[in-house]
Amino acid sequence: MHRAGKSSEYAAGSLLTVADLSVVEVATILAETDRLERMPEAERARILAGRKIALLFYESSTRTRTSFELAAKQLGATTTLVSDKSSSIEKGESLKDTGLTLRALGAECIILRHANSGAPFLLAKVTGLPVLNAGDGMHEHPSQALLDLRTILARVPGLDAGRIDGKTLAGVTVVITGDILHSRVARSNAMLLPKLGAKVVLCGPKELLPEDALGLGDGVEIERDFDEALRTAQVAMMLRIQRERLAGLELDLEDYISRYQLDGERLKSSAPKALVMHPGPMIRGMEISDEVADGPNSAIEEQVTHGLAVRTALLVRALGAGRFESVTV
Amino acid sequence: MSDILILNGRLVDPASGVDAERDVFLRHGKIAGVEKPGGLKDVTAKEIIDAAGMVVAPGLVDVHVHLREPGQTYKESIKTGTAAAAAGGFTTVVAMPNTVPVNDSVAGLEWMLDAARGSCIKLLAMPAATFGSRGEEITDFHELAEAGAVGFTDDGKPVLQDAVMREALTAAAGIGVPVSQHAEETRLTGGCSMNAGPVAFRLGLRGMTVEAEARIVERDIQLLREIERVDRVRPHLHVQHVSTAGAMELIRSAKAEGLHVTCEVAPHHFALTDEAIGDYDTNAKMNPPLRAEADRLAMIAGLMDGTVDCIATDHAPHARFEKEQEFERAPNGITGLETALGLALRVLHQGEGMTLSRVMELMSARPAGVISLDGRGTLRVGSFGDVVVFDPASEWKFDVTKTRSKSRNTPFDGAPMLGRVAYTLSEGRVVYKA
Repeated sequence: MHRAGKSSEYAAGSLLTVADLSVVEVATILAETDRLERMPEAERARILAGRKIALLFYESSTRTRTSFELAAKQLGATTTLVSDKSSSIEKGESLKDTGLTLRALGAECIILRHANSGAPFLLAKVTGLPVLNAGDGMHEHPSQALLDLRTILARVPGLDAGRIDGKTLAGVTVVITGDILHSRVARSNAMLLPKLGAKVVLCGPKELLPEDALGLGDGVEIERDFDEALRTAQVAMMLRIQRERLAGLELDLEDYISRYQLDGERLKSSAPKALVMHPGPMIRGMEISDEVADGPNSAIEEQVTHGLAVRTALLVRALGAGRFESVTV
Repeated sequence: MSDILILNGRLVDPASGVDAERDVFLRHGKIAGVEKPGGLKDVTAKEIIDAAGMVVAPGLVDVHVHLREPGQTYKESIKTGTAAAAAGGFTTVVAMPNTVPVNDSVAGLEWMLDAARGSCIKLLAMPAATFGSRGEEITDFHELAEAGAVGFTDDGKPVLQDAVMREALTAAAGIGVPVSQHAEETRLTGGCSMNAGPVAFRLGLRGMTVEAEARIVERDIQLLREIERVDRVRPHLHVQHVSTAGAMELIRSAKAEGLHVTCEVAPHHFALTDEAIGDYDTNAKMNPPLRAEADRLAMIAGLMDGTVDCIATDHAPHARFEKEQEFERAPNGITGLETALGLALRVLHQGEGMTLSRVMELMSARPAGVISLDGRGTLRVGSFGDVVVFDPASEWKFDVTKTRSKSRNTPFDGAPMLGRVAYTLSEGRVVYKA
């Protein structure tokens, strides 16, 4: 009946949740991604020349951190990496004070990876800087959903990547399978892809996929039988079991593998044409077999490449450059 | 102490069944006269309060507040906390024992209740049910009761072990005071920071299930039955801050069964749902957490049908730096003393059609009854001069920058309120004036 304030509290250019992205904004981000990708290197390196970007990482990361860092460098920005292991965070400095310190040192944008859901909202509020959520707890990973979207547009036949609207993904079913409960990738995709008309089917055992997941929005369904779900899929997105977040949850891994692993046989019999995706890190032999991960249906490496591209656009957007110049920061 | 006349007001005193125009005379800190308008014209008083258009009611009683003294006076002190209480119309508050150190001794209790702490209203306390609130060994109930304890509680956490809770209930029964239980099966809520459900799932936060509350309430009710049967005493269980439909139903049945169970509901649990957390607003984080709409409606149903004995704020101040943290790291609790009446009148009276008299009863006579308080929670002649005078029609918005509390952790900043306190009198002294 009475709600906390929304987006206005956060600097324009922030990306905290995909829930805040309109379809038009998604289209703009993708168009800018294309433009930046086609641009000669030297020209691209001038876009954010002299700008300062801080990467603040409270959790380990390979793909996200490296691609944000490379994206910033491609654009000519200066980056600095602060991680919880080698900073005053170890001495107990709060997120707020860490953010204010980075701002005082000239950071114009902070990319945050944090173990607590919602941490990017706090950082954006207290610093007033544009903040890019690079994964917060079990909550969201917005840039991952955008790169997944770009991968789907590039690989699933019959889609018009040049026209992004509420129907672009009409008729496309994306099956997300595995540890949905702990997955920020699942939440961001389940909230982003239906905006463009996709149907998202979540698949997994009750312990990893509670019915509450249906509250993510319209266009989200639950199917517990993996083969059943795969038969409807144009895209099969596999997720890792996040052992570090299981917190006492008992899981029979052998049973899990037999019911939910995407192996060659299952792919061939249930969804021979489906695009196979995985946000990484993969645990081969657990949720996905070698054969599928390295097979012709797999877009896993392309996802990483799209990640780099999309993140250049998100940085340009965050700093109000490129086609986002009209946006006041 | 000068005499005071409160003239032309609408007296709402549920305990004596009066809801009519009355003039009230206070002398020597007590209610000395209550008469129809004009009936006190022979009386002279130094101070006259014109209460035309106002409600004159017993000062409010809150059986559940955290005043943070001793040990955490950067959050609140007895002085500032009771000043906030007075501003909210309260004239009696019961301080919880989770101070630093925990209030589990006569010396600690006496220190807390000492006039030197600067309480401007009647301050009472419930000391810890177990030493250090560790849930292992019960405190000396007899000694503490002699020193003024009005009940026992380990609030903030439950008395978890069956045998310890049984012993506490039995010991308290011998004295005639309640054991006030924070009902949470903490073995089910580790790492949780809000209510379990679709909102928690969307926010990626681990949720406390409604069963965690019901399970302890159910266990405690079972203990009451057993103690009545075996020990032939009648223990009094007071369930703090009920927040779930399931627990409410258990309490309803236990009352029907004739067991001595009372319970309280906090304003935020009938005013808000877990949607109020929005973008991880730590000012909407408390324990028990904000629940689903069905639970909120069950709180209102319990308040309407008499299952709920009283409204209690669970006023829990925290400093800004503590709340300005990641949601899962921020401490539980919100301030509530200055918004309780305004929310109760808006949501229950205006919104649900509860009579004004019933709202006042839930905030004065009934909570006074829960802790067997004599001479308070009513304006009968001879009672203490604890009075609240408020404009029942005034619609206003709470502005946290004006708070008397040291802390500002409330989800109700800017929220609409109904009924504005004009005067609060404690034992015949004006302790708040708008």
